[in-house]
Amino acid sequence: MKHRISTLILGTALALAANGSALAQDKTVKVGVLTDNSGLYSDLGGAGSTLAAQMAIEDSGLAAKGWKIDLISADHQNKPDIATTIARQWIDVEKVDILMDVLNSGVALAVNNVVKEKNSIMINTGAATSDLTNAQCSPNTVHWVYDTYMLANSTGQALVKAGADTWFFLTADYAFGAALERDTTAVIVKSGGKVLGTVKHPLNSSDFSSFLLQAQASKAKIVGLANAGGDTTNSIKQASEFGIVAGGQKLAGLLLFITDVHSLGLNVAQGLNFTETFYWDLNDGTRAFSKRFSDRMKNKAQPSMVQAGVYSGLLHYFKSLEAMGGNPHDGIKVVDKMKSLPTDDALFGKGSIRVDGRKIHPAYLFEVKKPSESKGPWDYYKLIGTTPGDQAFRPLSESACPLVERTARRDRAGGFPSASQRD
Amino acid sequence: MQALYAQLLVGLINGSFYALLSLGLAVIFGMLNIINFAHGAVYMMGAFVAFFLLNGIDPPTLGSFFTNIWMTLLNLVQWPFVGWKSLPATQTFHVDIGLNYWWALLLAPVIVGLFGMVLERTMLKWITGLDHLYGLLLTFGMALIIQGVFQNYFGSSGLPYAIPDELKGGMNLGFMFLPIYRGWVVIFSLVVCIGTWYLIERTRLGAYLRAATENPTLVRAFGVNVPRMITLTYGLGVGLAALAGVLSAPINQVRPLMGADLIIVVFAVVVIGGMGSIMGSIITGFALGVIEGLTKYFYPEASNTVVFVLMVLVLLVKPTGLTGRAA
Repeated sequence: MKHRISTLILGTALALAANGSALAQDKTVKVGVLTDNSGLYSDLGGAGSTLAAQMAIEDSGLAAKGWKIDLISADHQNKPDIATTIARQWIDVEKVDILMDVLNSGVALAVNNVVKEKNSIMINTGAATSDLTNAQCSPNTVHWVYDTYMLANSTGQALVKAGADTWFFLTADYAFGAALERDTTAVIVKSGGKVLGTVKHPLNSSDFSSFLLQAQASKAKIVGLANAGGDTTNSIKQASEFGIVAGGQKLAGLLLFITDVHSLGLNVAQGLNFTETFYWDLNDGTRAFSKRFSDRMKNKAQPSMVQAGVYSGLLHYFKSLEAMGGNPHDGIKVVDKMKSLPTDDALFGKGSIRVDGRKIHPAYLFEVKKPSESKGPWDYYKLIGTTPGDQAFRPLSESACPLVERTARRDRAGGFPSASQRD
Repeated sequence: MQALYAQLLVGLINGSFYALLSLGLAVIFGMLNIINFAHGAVYMMGAFVAFFLLNGIDPPTLGSFFTNIWMTLLNLVQWPFVGWKSLPATQTFHVDIGLNYWWALLLAPVIVGLFGMVLERTMLKWITGLDHLYGLLLTFGMALIIQGVFQNYFGSSGLPYAIPDELKGGMNLGFMFLPIYRGWVVIFSLVVCIGTWYLIERTRLGAYLRAATENPTLVRAFGVNVPRMITLTYGLGVGLAALAGVLSAPINQVRPLMGADLIIVVFAVVVIGGMGSIMGSIITGFALGVIEGLTKYFYPEASNTVVFVLMVLVLLVKPTGLTGRAA
């Protein structure tokens, strides 16, 4: 027994020593893209996210500086149990340093715990739930592209201001739908509107007619779609069939991706208002990236904001690693470094990562063009409003994230200024 | 109360899809003794064929695959004369077909049905007489392959297919707004269901079919080509699924996974109705659509599971299904 304990201590000491000396020059990184490769969200993430990660690795230029970067990807099938199994396997056996994409809110919240437990890193670009940087925030997670608070804040507020003060929700019955409905309801009520009713439908439904009839009967001015992917496209398509819009009600797709608009066609999608943080035709930088991206995509698709986020997030991660001079394989340390550096890339512009892990950048309110206004394939959006980064997301003063409190306490004790004070 | 009537009607519409699909399954099971797990995949193919017939085949999707093969062959032939450098590397390749919904309704079931017959001749034929399990595994594998190929080329979010102009719009029934297209689906599938039932239960051809599955040796002795009858039956079942696919294309997105989402429910319908019973599957198809519609009204969260709960209850009371005969 004694012998075993002394071996253990010796072993630990040796491991620590080896780790310490390796820290400075370890230039190996393993990136894992954990996404939906086969299900209803695979067009907005999936193979495109893996391609975006590949492009980020190439564009980082680290290979030329002697870094060795590996990339693997896996399909979590939108199931939290499968996702956490893969995440554990990746971190423990494959020595993956960073998990990218992780779309689907249920999956993201589950993986969030694994990453925290193992002191790894997740840059989440796909999940919507704002809980990732609020009650469930973690020092190991950065939430990159969008969240339910921001969607509610931007789309919800704009619509209520435009006079649409009564709502009825069609909500996907899982973590994401609940979060989106909750956050949007808060914004509506705050802006003086009212929610007349809500119906929760199972994920991946193909028929929405019953739910749409209930929405129609509610006489609400807006039918809010708190769902995503195939659920949203089917609801929009069937809403037009049941004459929801023709009958005077308006549809609000609270979360709509360019791949959804593409699959709906402009005839059905025209006139929809919604929020995104990336659009391929926004400026020269986004166009240049998107051209390279779509040239390499099998179906020539333009990148969704989730895929753009994978590229942008990974570039910032590499930048931070480079600034550290090596990969310490320590999640919290790297994420802290990422938070301390300003973000800047061609896709999302200048921004920052807040103490709660929230990446800050502007949000854009778009309207889908009429078929006559569209000049060619993928020319779908009209920009109708921009919310600056500091107003788009949940302010730190409203945050329930324990990290914020801790930082604030440190500030009062004379530590570093918190992000909210800097702003 | 008004909303309730509306839900009943909407349920009936979904029920017509269940009925059409479970009818095809029942025909195939009753005649061939195969539990056809590829049924969802051929339903999806029906919708895709309708899409191709209307829009043709585009370069970014299936076209690029054929273009590459075609251009390579062409280059190989021309290369000795013009040299490799001057050959066109890529060329857009678009087969414009432009056949509307009505043609698709007629042609897609035939095309997919023929595809089904090829499958039967090349694969299913070898497992006749074996345990059900072999058929189930084989067809399940085929379904996965077909879905995989479509998903690889077309992604998951689907392609748009518009409602035909003649059936656009809707009627105000007082208690609900009924899209004309949905009304058409109910009527059309009722006609097809009853027609199929009549064909199998009341005509001479149907009598041969039923006899051929009952006692193939005896029927062959009367000079009937039994293997051909079986191939035709499989083709008919697959064609019915493809027909349902075309009918659903304007309502749902044309997606590679549309069949996979539906097929489990349809299997439950067939089990509740009684495996192999044609009238049973038609009636349960419509009835379950209505029950599901009502669940969506009273307790939406359970709408995806209510069919399975019913299945368990029915099997507990009557293991052969509602109209099934004891084996």
